[in-house]
Formats: sequence, structure tokens, C-alpha cells
Amino acid sequence: MSALPVLHERGQREVFCGLTGIMWLHRKIQDAFFLIVGSRTCAHLMQSAAGVMIFAEPRFATAIIEDRDLAGLADSNEELDRVVSDLVARRPEIKTLFLVGSCPSEVIKLDLGRAAARLSQRLNAVRVLAYSGSGIETTFTEGEDACLEALVPEMPTLATKTRPSLLVVGALPDVVEDQFARMFSALGIEDVGFLPARSVDALPPVGPDTRYLLAQPFLGRTAHALEERGARHLPATFPFGVEGTTSWLRAAADAFGVRSGRFDEVVGPPAKRATRAIAHYAELLEGKRVFFFPDSQLEIPIARFLTREMGVQLIEVGAPYIHRDHMARELALLPRDVTLSEGQDVERQLDRCRAAAPDIAVCGLGLANPLEVEGITTKWSIELVFTPLHGYEQAGDLAELFARPLNRRSRLEV
Amino acid sequence: MKLTVWTYEGPPHIGAMRVAASMDGLHYVLHAPQGDTYADLLFTMIERRKSRPPVTYTTFQARDLGTDTAELFKTTARDAYERFTPEAMIVGASCTAELLQDDPGGITKAIGLPIPVIPLELPAYQKKENWGAAETLYRLVRTFASAPVERTPIAGRRSTCNILGPTSLGFRNRDDLVEIERLLERIGVDVNVVAPLGARPSDLARLGHADFNVVLYPEVAETAARWLSKTFDQPLVTTVPIGVGATRDFVREVAEIAGVDAASILDDESSRLPWYSRSIDSTYLTGKRVFVFGDATHALAAARVATEELGFTLVGLGTYSRERAREVRAAANEYGLEALITDDHLAVESAVDALQPELVLGTQMERHIAKRLSIPCAVISSPVHVQDFPARYSPQMGFEGSNVIFDTWVHPLMMGLEEHLLGMFREDFEFADGAGASHLASEQAPVAASRSLAWTADAEKELKKIPFFVRGKARRNTESFAKDQHLSEITVETLYEAKAHFSR
Ligand code: SF4
Ligand code: SF4
Repeated sequence: MSALPVLHERGQREVFCGLTGIMWLHRKIQDAFFLIVGSRTCAHLMQSAAGVMIFAEPRFATAIIEDRDLAGLADSNEELDRVVSDLVARRPEIKTLFLVGSCPSEVIKLDLGRAAARLSQRLNAVRVLAYSGSGIETTFTEGEDACLEALVPEMPTLATKTRPSLLVVGALPDVVEDQFARMFSALGIEDVGFLPARSVDALPPVGPDTRYLLAQPFLGRTAHALEERGARHLPATFPFGVEGTTSWLRAAADAFGVRSGRFDEVVGPPAKRATRAIAHYAELLEGKRVFFFPDSQLEIPIARFLTREMGVQLIEVGAPYIHRDHMARELALLPRDVTLSEGQDVERQLDRCRAAAPDIAVCGLGLANPLEVEGITTKWSIELVFTPLHGYEQAGDLAELFARPLNRRSRLEV
Repeated sequence: MKLTVWTYEGPPHIGAMRVAASMDGLHYVLHAPQGDTYADLLFTMIERRKSRPPVTYTTFQARDLGTDTAELFKTTARDAYERFTPEAMIVGASCTAELLQDDPGGITKAIGLPIPVIPLELPAYQKKENWGAAETLYRLVRTFASAPVERTPIAGRRSTCNILGPTSLGFRNRDDLVEIERLLERIGVDVNVVAPLGARPSDLARLGHADFNVVLYPEVAETAARWLSKTFDQPLVTTVPIGVGATRDFVREVAEIAGVDAASILDDESSRLPWYSRSIDSTYLTGKRVFVFGDATHALAAARVATEELGFTLVGLGTYSRERAREVRAAANEYGLEALITDDHLAVESAVDALQPELVLGTQMERHIAKRLSIPCAVISSPVHVQDFPARYSPQMGFEGSNVIFDTWVHPLMMGLEEHLLGMFREDFEFADGAGASHLASEQAPVAASRSLAWTADAEKELKKIPFFVRGKARRNTESFAKDQHLSEITVETLYEAKAHFSR
């Protein structure tokens, strides 16, 4: 079967930059602090994008580059060292500090990798790492990819053993992580690590005996770094919906020699539960026409779930980037008549969306209300990232997420 | 470099966006990376704007840097013109593009679009959002309102004015404008142009026809208003009509310029604040210690209303508007205070914590600070959030604005009678822990993480008998008293010693 054709778009992109990943990473990695080295725009993005001011002093901040840093009056490296010292003095509980690069820090070629090495040495109680979340390098979830990539060299080396060990890659809500850990344990796969770990001090080991599953579809660079350390990928669909989760778990079960009887025993009950949970929504979603604007790279796996398990008709599935390898199994499951687009020209895409008049458009926060005004029901794509949706127990929530806007529309009489 | 968690103002190009989004027929082409498009959601989500703001971003990427970002700007500007066919265009750079020095103004001029193109220079590493809005409005006004105008003397005709400053995303600007337009109508003044909210570039060309200008929001309008005043010899009305007193001053100021008698409007029947404030239930408001922080306009107005119209005691006054620090310092001086001029919310937080006011009037940022410290709070200024765009009509300006202010500031405080009853029944088991008046969420004061001082069980129990809304303060006062006295333990005795000490 030949590959689906892809519409490559280049124009205005209406997506967040990789800095936004800090929103969930700082909550997941509990001993880490994220210091953006950037501009007032970066700080403003962080406070506008998720409305997270509620956390008194969150574990992130921005070192705002000022005029004097640019005019060369202040040595940027010295300035950065000063800001970091102040920060560490105020927040002594910080064990790991990420220096997060932004567009301005990259354009002025501030070498944060070097700065991290220097600061790590100076502050021996704090591990300092660097990655870029800049908008010229990373799109939204790619910030997590860059962060995890930076963590890979910090992972201890896995001792050579007779049996391989399993690594699950991609930040998952704790509740989902725990569910998967229980599943693997029930399958008899005892040696399981998660990247990122809840604390940088507890990073799982990695080595040639590592087999890794990707829990998120946007981790190309992290996967590459893991391969460099000898780990091997277990190709699978992503664990969304019943089908995706089963095939994902099966990839691990096969690699770890789990008997198929045992697999069915362990996976059967939750898979059945999930099937029941989504059935109700399938009635509502069946035949509905869905249009995805690019956002998180979760679009393709979720579109696959919607079409195969909910009977949704896909019109266009846009992704900011399509990792041909990691996405291969997903793409093979998509119907042949879907328009796949990569990159974005938001105005032209809006034209296509209006012309198609879908039942649901999945889009970013900047587009949602204007589309609703035009009569198109929307689902905010950011929820796909912020809501626990992976695995069997969340399959119902995933379906509900798409059913809710339709449900709401049907209730309102004014 | 400056360490920042939250910011009171966005970068200056956000100010320019607010002006563009306020107007019709104007389009903004912004040289910026993809992530900067987050700004759209400020308008579509926070303000629930029904269309995307009229902004096109180049969204250049790293791979473009090596090749030609200037070329990208050129195509973007051309495409945006063709798609949106605006009357005029503003062009500029965000923080990252400023470093590239591509000269958006020069590039756009070179493509020769058949419309006016106004280049904006908004230094992103120096200036902030309000400055950006003011500069943008000024540039637009200068471009379009430059033709000389002959006006006839006011005597014998209705006078006309411009209203300057209301913008998209401005705190209650939408409703303030309605209120002020009604007020001007009653005074007998016609509105010539409102800018930027709702204006087209071509409307700006008529600015010079007005007899005078009303500077509603100086943060945004002052630069443009000064220039108009000089160029067209238009007097400026600079009283910001927030509060009953200021609204009366405003009416007098306008009436004088317009040459009309507006005495009948001064004691507006629908203005309830003066009576509500005098009614006996409000007695309990007397001397409530209030902390005020916001943009300069709203902070100054709130200080006046708080002291002159509600009988509060001002214990702190500050602003993040550095451009207007001098005015705020002078005002604070009059109140016997030292102004807090800062854009560091941590500095504001420690000021509030140290002063322990009974009410905080601030921005969304102060709302969070106050919540953390369990102090009642009302929002009076940007930065705004979705709840600052209520569905109902709720201006801050004019007589109706004063009514709204009375309600919103008094609401978080205990109702007078209720406070009284709470005091009487504090021994009642229902009030023993955290049971507050029914209209207040019963929120427990977060206990500070490290308490070095030990409270005896009896003292702790006694503390719990104190109504929850003053309990935090009692705890802090007692602890600081104990610390000063080098006590290691707090007994019931200490609690009352401290009470006596602080009530001196
Ligand atoms: S309520 Fe939520 S979103 Fe609004 S200002 Fe507070 S934290 Fe931000
Ligand atoms: S796109 Fe670049 S400049 Fe804009 S917020 Fe993201 S990192 Fe900062």
C-alpha cells in the first residue's frame, strides 16, 4: 500500500512554541525548576497560555533579557549566573535546574549548554541542564521532546543482564503512569522505568538491554538519543483508545515473551471496560465529520481512534510535523480518503475548514471562538495534552472530550 | 536580566495589537516566530472576541534565519494585504524579530501597497505593553490627523469632543465608553471620534474637527492627546471620571469648555454611592485599611474613591506604570504614604503581607496575592482575566460606575450587621472554625510552612475562637510579638499581650 499523500503547508502557523511544555513538565518532574532565558514575550506567553497564576510560586520563571544585555553593557553569562544564584538562594529545594532557551537567546547565540555545564560545576548541589523551547526550533510538544532529550545523558547506565528492561517514554499524568505500571507488572514485566521520572534523581537506567515504548508521538529526538545509548524501540500504535492501547501493550508483551493466554487474561477485563465506556459516545459521534488543525502531533493517533472506534469521518488531519517512522503504524490505519497536512498556512486551512463545514473542528484557543461564531463546533486541542487520555481507563474520557461540544450545542436553545 | 514569574504588562507589540484589534479596517503585520501567536487567545478567549484579531504573523523558523527572513516579511505583508484589504496597515517586529533588524517598515514601503503603511518601532527589551499601545495610537493619529482644520467658535452651537484611549482588552473599557458617551450626551456635547475603540483609520482624519479631547485612559491616550492638543489647539479633559467626586469634576470640566450649565447633572438621581456610603450599615466601613495597586489611572482613582467616598484608610498605594510614577508618588505623599513603584509582584506581595490590610484593591495579580493571604480583594485594573469581562453592564466610570464600585468593593468585606453578629456569637460552635458569613467562601488561611514558634494547645484553641477573617492577622501579630519578645512558646497570655500591644 502506498503512503498517504501529504499536503505540505508553509505559511502562518498558529501554534504555541516549545516553552509551553513547561506547563506540564514542571508539574511532572517535581524536583526540577525551569528557567526560561528569554524575553517579556516568553514570560507573557507562559502566563497567558494556560492561566496558571494560581500556583503561588510555580517551579518556572523567566530571566528576561534586557536592553543592557543586548547592548553588551552587561555580560549575558555573568547576568545569567547572577540570576541563577539568586534563584537557587531563594528556592533551596531546587535539585535540577533546566535553562530553557528561547528565540531571543538563540538569535543572540547565548550558549545555554555551556552555561549549564559551568553552573553545574559552580553549584555542586544543583544539576543544571539546558534545552531549547524556542519557537524557531520547537512547536508546542516538541519542547517536551527537547527536555527529555536533555535528560537522556543523565540516565544511569543499565547493567548488562540476561533479560531486557522496559522503558516507557513520554510524560504521563501520574494516575496513568501508575495504571500502566500495574498492567506491566500483571503481565510479568517487572523491570519498567518511566522517562521522565517524577524526580530527576530517580531517572531510570538505559542501555543496550533497554526496549522502549513511546507513550507520546512527538518524541523523535528523545528516541534518537535513546538509540544512541543502545536502547531499542518497540514499534506500536500509541496508547489511545482500546485498539491503540492493546497494540501498544502487545508490543511490550511480545518483546518480553509474555504468553498470549496471560496477555488476554490481564488485558481482557480493562479492555472490555473501556469498550463499554466508549460505546455510549460512539452513538453520538458516529458519522460526524472532524477536521484537525495542527497543534500537538497527537492529531494522527487521536484521529485514528476517532475513525476506527467512534466511526467518525475524518476530513483533514493536520499535524505540525509527521514523524514518518513513529507514525507508520498509525498512518496505515487511517482511511485512504483523508487529507493529511503537515505544517500550516492558517488562513488557507481556515478556508478549507469553512468549505468543509465539519461537525467538529479541533483547534487551538486562538481559533476556537471565532470558528464557533461562524457556526462550527470546536474542541480545544490543548485539552488533548492537558487531560489524562492514554490507556484503557481513560478511553471513555477521550471519547467524551469530543462528544461534549456536540452535546452542548444540542442543548442550547438561544 | 531580570527574574520574573508573572508580569503586569506584556511586551509592547501586545499594546500595538490591542490598538489594531480595537479598530476596524486596520491590519497589523508582525514579524514574529510561531509561538508569539499565543497573543490571539488574549482576544478570543479572555475578551471572547468574535473574530481573530487583525494580525498576521510571519512565524519565521530557525531554517529561515539562514536564508531570508526579510523576503518572508515581504510575502507575508503582500498576502495579508490581498486577503484582508485593509484601509491601512501597521508593521513591526516582536522581540525576536527586532534582533534580526529586517526593517519591516522599509520592506513594506518597497512593495508599494496602495494604502498607508505605518512602521512601528517598539523597543521590546525596554518598553512594555501600555507604552506600545500609546506609541501605536500616537503614530496612527499623526499619520491620519495631520491636515489643518478650521473650527468655528463654540458659542452658539453644540460642541464636540473626541474620546481617546478605550481599547480592546482594557479593564471595563467597553462599558466605560457607553457610560461616558451617555454622560456627554446629557451635558450636551457631541462625540466626534472615539479612538482607538471602534474607529477606522479614516475616522482618525477627522480628529481635528473636535473642540476638545477627553483623555479617558492616559496610559494609552496621553501621547496622542498631547500632540492633538498642540496641533489643533484642542483643550484636554484629563479628569478620569472614576468615582462620584471625579465624575462631578469631569462634568464641570467638560461643561466649562463646552460653555454649558451642567449643574443639574452633578447630583444624579441614579448615583447611589453617596447615600449608600452614608447609610448606617456602612458605618463598619469606616477606617478599613485598604491597599491599592494597579495601573496609575485606576490606582489613583481607587485611592480617591476609597478615602473620600467610602471612608477607608489608605495604607498602601502603588503602580506598575513606571511612566507615571511621578504622579503616583505625589499622590501617595498627600496620603502620607510612600508609593510602591514596581513591576515585581513579589515586592507587592511582601508589601501586602507586611501591611496586613483589610481590603486589597488591585489587579488579577493582587487578587491571587490576597487570596493566598486570606485578605478580601476586588479587581480594579489590568492585567485582566476572563472574569473582568462580565456579561452584564458594569462600567467603572461615571455615576453608574460608582454604583458598581460600591458593590464590588464592599461585597468582599463582611456585611456590617453580619460582622456584628459574628462577633457576638463567636463562641457558638458553628462559628468555631471557619464558618463565615454565608456570602463568603469559607476558605482556610494557608498555614505558613515553617512555624518556628510553638503554640500551646490552649492558645491554639483560643485563636480558633477568633473569627476566621481576622484570625490570620491575629496569628501573625501574635507571632511577631512573640518573636520580638524572644518567646519560644505562645500561650493564651501571649495572645492577649499581643492583642493589647497592637491595639495601642
Ligand atoms: S483565575 Fe486562573 S486564569 Fe484567571 S488570573 Fe487567576 S490563575 Fe489566571
Ligand atoms: S516563540 Fe520564541 S519569543 Fe515567542 S514566546 Fe516562544 S520562545 Fe519566546
